[in-house]
Amino acid sequence: MIVALIGVIALVSVNALFLIWMERKVAAHIQLRPGPMEVGYHGALQTVADALKLMGKELITPDEVDRPVYLLAPIIIFLPVLVLFLVIPFSPNLIIRDLNVGILLIFAFSSLTVLSILMAGWSSNNKYSVFGAIRSIAQNIAYEIPLLITAMSIILMVGSFKLTDIVAAQDKVWFVVIQPLAFLLYIICATAETNRAPFDIPEAESELVAGFHTEYSGMRFGLFFLAEYTNMFVVSAVATVLFLGGWRGWILPPVVWFLIKVYAIIFLIMWFRWTFPRLRFDQLITFAWKVLIPLAFVNLLVTALAIKLF
Amino acid sequence: MMLEPGIEEKTFYLNLGPQHPSTHGVLRILLEMDGEFIANSEPVIGYGHRAHEKMAELRTYQQYLPNLGRVDYLHALAYNHGYCLAVERLAGIEVPERAEFIRVITSELNRIASHLLWFGAYLLDLGAFTPFLYCFDDRENVVDILDRVTGSRLTYCYFRFGGVRDDIDDEFIAGCRAFITRLRSRWQDYDDLVTKNVIFINRTRDVGIITPEQALKYGVTGPCLRGSGIPYDIRRSEPYSVYPLFDFEIPIGERGDIMDRYVVRLCEMEQSLRIIEQALDKLPNGPIMAEKVPKRLKPAEGEVYAAVESGRGEFGTYIVSKGDTKPYRIKLRVPSFSNLSIISELIKDTLVADMVAILGSFDLVIPEVDR
Repeated sequence: MIVALIGVIALVSVNALFLIWMERKVAAHIQLRPGPMEVGYHGALQTVADALKLMGKELITPDEVDRPVYLLAPIIIFLPVLVLFLVIPFSPNLIIRDLNVGILLIFAFSSLTVLSILMAGWSSNNKYSVFGAIRSIAQNIAYEIPLLITAMSIILMVGSFKLTDIVAAQDKVWFVVIQPLAFLLYIICATAETNRAPFDIPEAESELVAGFHTEYSGMRFGLFFLAEYTNMFVVSAVATVLFLGGWRGWILPPVVWFLIKVYAIIFLIMWFRWTFPRLRFDQLITFAWKVLIPLAFVNLLVTALAIKLF
Repeated sequence: MMLEPGIEEKTFYLNLGPQHPSTHGVLRILLEMDGEFIANSEPVIGYGHRAHEKMAELRTYQQYLPNLGRVDYLHALAYNHGYCLAVERLAGIEVPERAEFIRVITSELNRIASHLLWFGAYLLDLGAFTPFLYCFDDRENVVDILDRVTGSRLTYCYFRFGGVRDDIDDEFIAGCRAFITRLRSRWQDYDDLVTKNVIFINRTRDVGIITPEQALKYGVTGPCLRGSGIPYDIRRSEPYSVYPLFDFEIPIGERGDIMDRYVVRLCEMEQSLRIIEQALDKLPNGPIMAEKVPKRLKPAEGEVYAAVESGRGEFGTYIVSKGDTKPYRIKLRVPSFSNLSIISELIKDTLVADMVAILGSFDLVIPEVDR
């Protein structure tokens, strides 16, 4: 178990470093510029340097904050993320615990990030932070419902919460072919779940400066940052398992296929961020309740009907 | 949120600025918030006050020239133009035609640079980062062209009483023509990326509507006024320089919302390109400076007002002369100041997100507001 834990922590760190570098490169090439080039080959070590700098920074705690809550928030955002990695099936053999409620565990623990955001926003004693936290909670509640319902339509087809079973059920055809609408809904909700643009309302920098983490500095801010990118990895991994056949592929080893699919989805999410403007908060919530949730329910009902009939 | 215990209040104050990412300078707006809605607001200005008007009283007419490029650094050449125009009217200096053409060309190039910067920065306010870099890529071309002839990239001081400092050469003209072709090929990209984007339309359509009556009441000018449907442009309504020689349209909006102001600015860039094109075709030969402009200008006693159309609206210079080498008093009528005055009425009962969108749509230059 300790080996697994070390493995997960290593994966989380390396993955976050790679994703931040990837984000900067994707952004740069979309914007017709080279991006980081100086540290390492094509700037590959830039994020390592940035991480070292971040660790060396002074941790500033403002006077008026609610100290215990303020200090706990960055840790609490990070712990559930580690748990999520326990059930992700990277390949038929590379899975730490193949729980029979795997998908439930992922959704349950990923909801915990909201708690941390609330703690961070509330304890910071900053109006911008509170705004960011309030928006984040409303947004996460609104988008978790369609996320769960779309996942439910897959689970109905498979008949199991176990992630390996879901992958096994896709031996003939990936679920993205059978359930294209569910895939679309899932990607939209996942982008909103991870607070990524165009749904990055909780940290909309032109309105709320930096949202809930305005008052955090140094590695405390670093943990929020790390959690964001790790969350991105997790939602993409779940999308891979639910819709893209998990580790299935040809010639290359399964774990490589799994990572290729995950990073392809992450690239898609990054592409959104560097193309779209930000939605307004009320438009975002309206979109979730009036468009996504009804669509997700319709999708679920049609799926259930189809299963009953055939 | 931090209320005193025992006191029940429905609203709280949010201090936006003076250092906030979307005020684009040291503007502070005090917001009285009712949840996420703005109940009342009050802009607080003056953080960047540099006493430009007072400085005029202590300097000779020539010495005051560099100040103008620093009042509105984004459309500095319009400010050069406005001030030179006023002094020339006061002292009765005739400007040679070639110089007038060069003034129009450079000033319109500068207007395009100003609008491009607004376009990019505004999309940044709305959370889209990429258009910002595309615009700066285009703007870089204008800045390079202007850098060649004026010697600076931002705070230009190029116009002189009776003409301009340096003549333009063939390379400048070739550069302009290349830029015109380049920018025209970009409109389609901007349309696809931004104008037709459904999120952008939702953020700007029917938001921040200025009615024509409101606009006139507050003295709003420039693209904000034209967005409300009033075709008032100094270049057309009180023509100066050689603008009457050129064929161009005054784009106007219908509803007066942010989208209209945005479209007006995009169309204006195209019209500026048309003006530059015609001016390059018709460019006459001849001197670029009037003869016998004295080194120490001493206009006769009197007063004068001259207005030009800057990227943000009507820029007016009012000079009172007592027959000295220094002006007795200069008053600068800056468009951003008047445009800002409407903000409190406009953002009442809107969301903070809309407030940012509305504030950005005014294209404020804060040093110009503060002077």
